[in-house]
Amino acid sequence: MEWETVIGLEVHAQLKTKSKIFSGAPTAYGAAPNTQANVVDAALPGVLPVLNGEAARMAARFGLAVGATVHKRSVFARKNYFYPDLPKGYQISQYEQPIVERGRLEITTASGEKVIGITRAHLEEDAGKSLHEDMGGFTGIDLNRAGTPLLEIVSEPDMRSAAEAVAYLKTLHTLVRYLDICDGNMQEGSFRCDANVSVRPLGETRLGTRAELKNINSFRFVERAIEYEVRRQIALLSSGGQVRQETRLYDSARDETRSMRSKEEANDYRYFPDPDLPTLVLTDAFLAEVKETMPELPDAKRRRFCAQYGLSAYDAGVLTASRELARYYEEAVEAAAVEPKLVANWVTGELAARLNEEGLDIASAKVTAQALAGLVRRVADGTVSGKTAKDVFEAMWAGEGSADAIIASRGLRQISDDSAIEEVVRQVIEANPKQLAQYRAGEEKVFTFFVGQTMKASRGKANPAKVNEILKRLLAP
Amino acid sequence: MTLTITKIAEDLAAGRCSSREVVDDLLARIKAHRALNAFISVDEEAARRDASAADRARGAGGGGILAGVPIAHKDIFCTSGVKTTCGSRMLADFVPPYDATVVQKMKAAGCVMVGKTNMDEFAMGSSNETSFFGPVRNPWDRDRVPGGSSGGSAAAVAARLVPAATGTDTGGSIRQPAALCGITGLKPSYGRVSRYGLIAFASSLDQAGPMAQTAADCAHLLSAMAGFDERDATSLDVPVPDYAAALGTDLKGLRIGVVKEHFAQGVEPAILDVLREALREYERQGAVLVDVSLPNSSHAVPCYYVLAPAEASSNLARYDGVRYGFRAAEYRDLEDMYKKTRSEGFGPEVKRRIMIGTYALSAGYYDAYYLKALKLRRLIADDFARAFERCDVLAGPASPSTAFALGAKNTDPVSMYLNDIFTIPVNLAGLPAISMPAGFVGGLPVGMQLIGRYLDEARLLNAAHRFQEATDWHARVPAGI
Repeated sequence: MEWETVIGLEVHAQLKTKSKIFSGAPTAYGAAPNTQANVVDAALPGVLPVLNGEAARMAARFGLAVGATVHKRSVFARKNYFYPDLPKGYQISQYEQPIVERGRLEITTASGEKVIGITRAHLEEDAGKSLHEDMGGFTGIDLNRAGTPLLEIVSEPDMRSAAEAVAYLKTLHTLVRYLDICDGNMQEGSFRCDANVSVRPLGETRLGTRAELKNINSFRFVERAIEYEVRRQIALLSSGGQVRQETRLYDSARDETRSMRSKEEANDYRYFPDPDLPTLVLTDAFLAEVKETMPELPDAKRRRFCAQYGLSAYDAGVLTASRELARYYEEAVEAAAVEPKLVANWVTGELAARLNEEGLDIASAKVTAQALAGLVRRVADGTVSGKTAKDVFEAMWAGEGSADAIIASRGLRQISDDSAIEEVVRQVIEANPKQLAQYRAGEEKVFTFFVGQTMKASRGKANPAKVNEILKRLLAP
Repeated sequence: MTLTITKIAEDLAAGRCSSREVVDDLLARIKAHRALNAFISVDEEAARRDASAADRARGAGGGGILAGVPIAHKDIFCTSGVKTTCGSRMLADFVPPYDATVVQKMKAAGCVMVGKTNMDEFAMGSSNETSFFGPVRNPWDRDRVPGGSSGGSAAAVAARLVPAATGTDTGGSIRQPAALCGITGLKPSYGRVSRYGLIAFASSLDQAGPMAQTAADCAHLLSAMAGFDERDATSLDVPVPDYAAALGTDLKGLRIGVVKEHFAQGVEPAILDVLREALREYERQGAVLVDVSLPNSSHAVPCYYVLAPAEASSNLARYDGVRYGFRAAEYRDLEDMYKKTRSEGFGPEVKRRIMIGTYALSAGYYDAYYLKALKLRRLIADDFARAFERCDVLAGPASPSTAFALGAKNTDPVSMYLNDIFTIPVNLAGLPAISMPAGFVGGLPVGMQLIGRYLDEARLLNAAHRFQEATDWHARVPAGI
């Protein structure tokens, strides 16, 4: 039987507010335990939550960016359950009336473009962390993360393969960073993902029983966890078994998913509207302001790069993968004032390769956009050949100075003067009478021998185009 | 004896006594009347120190009417560095690191805190018998309850241990004990006074307010307590009037709605006689009586006993033994720690309400209980809105009975709950209401409740004040006090 995979994703994006969503305490990551938590985060008796308006602004920005309805009225609800790192015994979230509903995100995979529906996005607070290491057998509680604002983004079950899930996740990841609402750091847990996975016979319209996969906090793990889970479910169903609705944990060390709790064991969260927080009301003026201050989105930027710089869709896609990379490119184009495609080649070529090799992001590039522009300009005006320019780039990366300084100090300036090149070519021809005879006898492949000799004699500095042209003229019988 | 803020302020201003002397005297009285069990903690040293500081400040000039006036806080308000128990074993040793906004504001007004008053555990009760620290006794009859949950505050004021105390009112917890102890107590409109630092029972109903001998004193206290607080998203950002300045307006033409359902079966007939006499006093002052009906008020108690426990079941989840407060001595694992901590830390009434509330919010019951109660709440509020189209204040009993005997009702929760039948609808509608002494039945005080329009505290305080100018019920002192 042929099977179809159905995937929906729930992403928790930590919002980049300076302070927490309900307490005013700072949100700094990596501080000593419990130094970023105040009496509200610790849920002392008598304390009350007050909404941080920045969190609502960021949620609204996201909603507008995915073409969703941003509700003018939304309601905070309490999700009740006991856990040591949940200080109030409930999490403040949004339930029946979320701030954002019905959006869409366009993704591109090897098999083309596809639109993934976004069911909803709602605001909620993060929990603290339980610490088990170095606690002498006790469990420690660190409330630094408690109350950090989260935007939970729930997709429709629109994805049909692990590859589509990853593409959606990457597109979303790019988007939240473009919007400057989430730093996207998956290692620190700023961008987390749960996947609802089910399979069904191809052609079936009803959904199969799903498993919810947790702990899949890298793009690679998302792909592997889903692939494992799909294999597991298909094997189960093919052998006459049934999939249980349950939560499963992905174990990356063993590359498998394991049952965490079944539906029957799930909590009854007893959601109800939080009486401490009035209905969140967004005014028209507020929404208009959010709209006005919306940054250019990845899609629009990609289309503009194609139109404005004459780039291929592929190059434009690579260059707009992050706002920082796109900004780097545009700065370099402006500074270089040459054919933008040439700049694109250098950014997606040498620069990208170097960053990749050293595991750096664009912000830590050792060659600035202005410096790179200086080099590309010298390629464009023929001062150095493309090949020589690569050596210059390496020297720039190593911190030896600007392109012009390196070209000058190493004497790399290309020889384009016709008479100088002619002089070298004559010497080469005179020194190789045998090859000259072969060439004139019709052995055209000997031509490349002369090119090589000429370049060698000029120590690589002769303009290759001119060398070709002059050789052809002088070798002719 | 007269122990009012107004009198103390006059004496202080005239130099007839110092704040320190008043405080010393009251600390001695508190000790002498320890048997009332009105206080959970008294910090004599701090009270004397603060009184002396207030005297020095007054010597330097400045300060309002409350400067140097001793008060007590219900032990539900967090006080920085001072034990705050909420009447529970769960918080028996809890010392907050911060002051509730109400506490802060009273401090800023110059009040000197002498101690924290006893209360029903987590404000759940109408007799003060659910306190972990034992019941409070009614100064008018030591074998009777003072009412609850602000029973300690009411008894302390009635016994002249303090001129005033703070209380909180979720379903009648200021007004019912005020009625049973023969003092004046005001529950402000929801949102009028900040709830920050007030240990939550039912967040959509809780409201802090003043308890004192007179309406005039309550006016001074409310002016100091009320106002917007950026730490409480449900507090109202509207200006606070000078309530004391509004006192003394005559009552000519004031339309008093006599609530049909409140003058009915279920109330001791003698209480209704007292109230009718009180209404005649209002008529003598030019007020007009109007018959009104609150047809849905009979649903108020069941509605309240779904909503308040539902919110409480969530509000009290934080008492898990993890970060502060009581933790069971021995446990096997995390779940066992939760169970034992909460089984041993909470008393039976609190547990009963947590269970009711948890049930009402459960999957499959939410619509039938919680949602239905919310709809009823709307209907009850609409009743008031209609009534206020025809009158300016509503009048009726604050409690269906006078103070009952200790132990008389604590085996029957429902009969206990029915004590708040006239006060609960007011909380559900978020309105202000005052209870004031209107007479006596069998030597026990009777309280009259006046209910006002939203944010119309000034009118209530004035109406009560005018009544108190013409009567002396509020000035009567229990025997042996």
